Amino acid sequence: MKNIAVIDYGMSNLHSVLKSLKKVINKNYNLSIAYSSRDIEDASLLVLPGQGAANSCLEKLASDFPNLKTHIMNKPFLGICLGFQILFEKSFENDGVDCFSLITGDVKDFRSTIKKDMKVPHMGWNKVNQKYNHILWENIPDKSFFYFVHSYYAKATTETNILSDSDYEINFTSSILKDNIFACQFHPEKSSKHGLQLLSNFINWSEKLT
Amino acid sequence: MSVAKRIIPCLDVDKGRVVKGTNFIDIVDAGDPVEIAQKYDNEGADEITFLDITASHEGRNNILSVVERVADEVFIPLTVGGGVKNFNDVRDLLSVGADKVTINTAAVSNPDMIDDVTDKIGRQCIVVAVDVKKIDNNYIVFTHGGRTQTNLKAYDWCLECQKRGAGEILLTSMDKDGTKDGFDVEILSKISNNVTIPVIASGGAGNLDHLYQAIVRGNADAVLAASIFHFGEYTISQAKEYLKAKGISVR
Repeated sequence: MKNIAVIDYGMSNLHSVLKSLKKVINKNYNLSIAYSSRDIEDASLLVLPGQGAANSCLEKLASDFPNLKTHIMNKPFLGICLGFQILFEKSFENDGVDCFSLITGDVKDFRSTIKKDMKVPHMGWNKVNQKYNHILWENIPDKSFFYFVHSYYAKATTETNILSDSDYEINFTSSILKDNIFACQFHPEKSSKHGLQLLSNFINWSEKLT
Repeated sequence: MSVAKRIIPCLDVDKGRVVKGTNFIDIVDAGDPVEIAQKYDNEGADEITFLDITASHEGRNNILSVVERVADEVFIPLTVGGGVKNFNDVRDLLSVGADKVTINTAAVSNPDMIDDVTDKIGRQCIVVAVDVKKIDNNYIVFTHGGRTQTNLKAYDWCLECQKRGAGEILLTSMDKDGTKDGFDVEILSKISNNVTIPVIASGGAGNLDHLYQAIVRGNADAVLAASIFHFGEYTISQAKEYLKAKGISVR
């Protein structure tokens, strides 16, 4: 039995993520909510959902999951939304906050870069442009729509880390892949069939990691 | 490139069942919320809104159980409104699987609630529903399901909601609601062109061209409709195809 630990730091849409994972896993998997470091020690897969502000998220993670970064580097990992953004080097949210630096690049405010008449947050269904073929995209056509809700966007600077990009007046990174780390800006748990397919692909991919 | 325009079917829920009716008479049972929500999801609905119309006190538990059952099976954003009075109501709905909650009367009676709730749980979760009626050339906000006239002007109130942290505005024209005569594009464009948060058009959808007009002339970010989808006049996929053929970006 493999355990998927979904990290709870008190400010995410944890329930939606749990429900969608429950829908795609088979009987070899068990889902649990992780409240502290102890709960992720034995996990086979880690999921970090996210909503809210970067600084309070990082503070809470630092106090409740002090060795999280090591676990992210060593277990199949899925980060969603804020769980994607905190993998970068620095977020300009809350006057600037240092992140995990697992992916090169920064997280910036849409409002500082796009025209005034574009609505922020970037909320709704937008196209995800796949940068290369991968098992994570199995049965998901290129340029499929996924559901986004965010005011800050990330831009990865190492080309090979970029699994997809998207456009909201400017081009930004919408998902990354590096070794055992997969993370996306959009919400697969709210993206209907393609979202569920992606979660299912994540499980399949994790089984192939050595 | 912008986000796709959203099409949102709205379901009235009474005592845990979806009901439909015209002008609040001849309300009939229209089926199980989970089955109907799944059907709309399969047709390509971008979001689903549930409006709890249960009048009685025990209504809250009914709607919570509906949302919980739907959220187990339907994986698109779910918005729930009707009788939401305070932070606890919002929190309860989110904890059973709602993604967004609409507040209406409570926001007008206690505007600080908007700041309070959005500070605690984030802007994206709160949709302020604004019911408006044109009186002597002014659009005035009504509450209590359209029964109570306030002294708020729609434009001022929407700007205030945005300032206080609302994530979206659901703008319903009471003059148009139920007429199947088209949306009120005048007030829609006035609000949408002056706020930076998304505006959802509601009230008046009678055919697919009305959806198009709300988007093009009303500048709506999303269109909400009930009866044209409930009574099988159009499917969501037909609406999407119609808009796509006219050059609108849809999913």
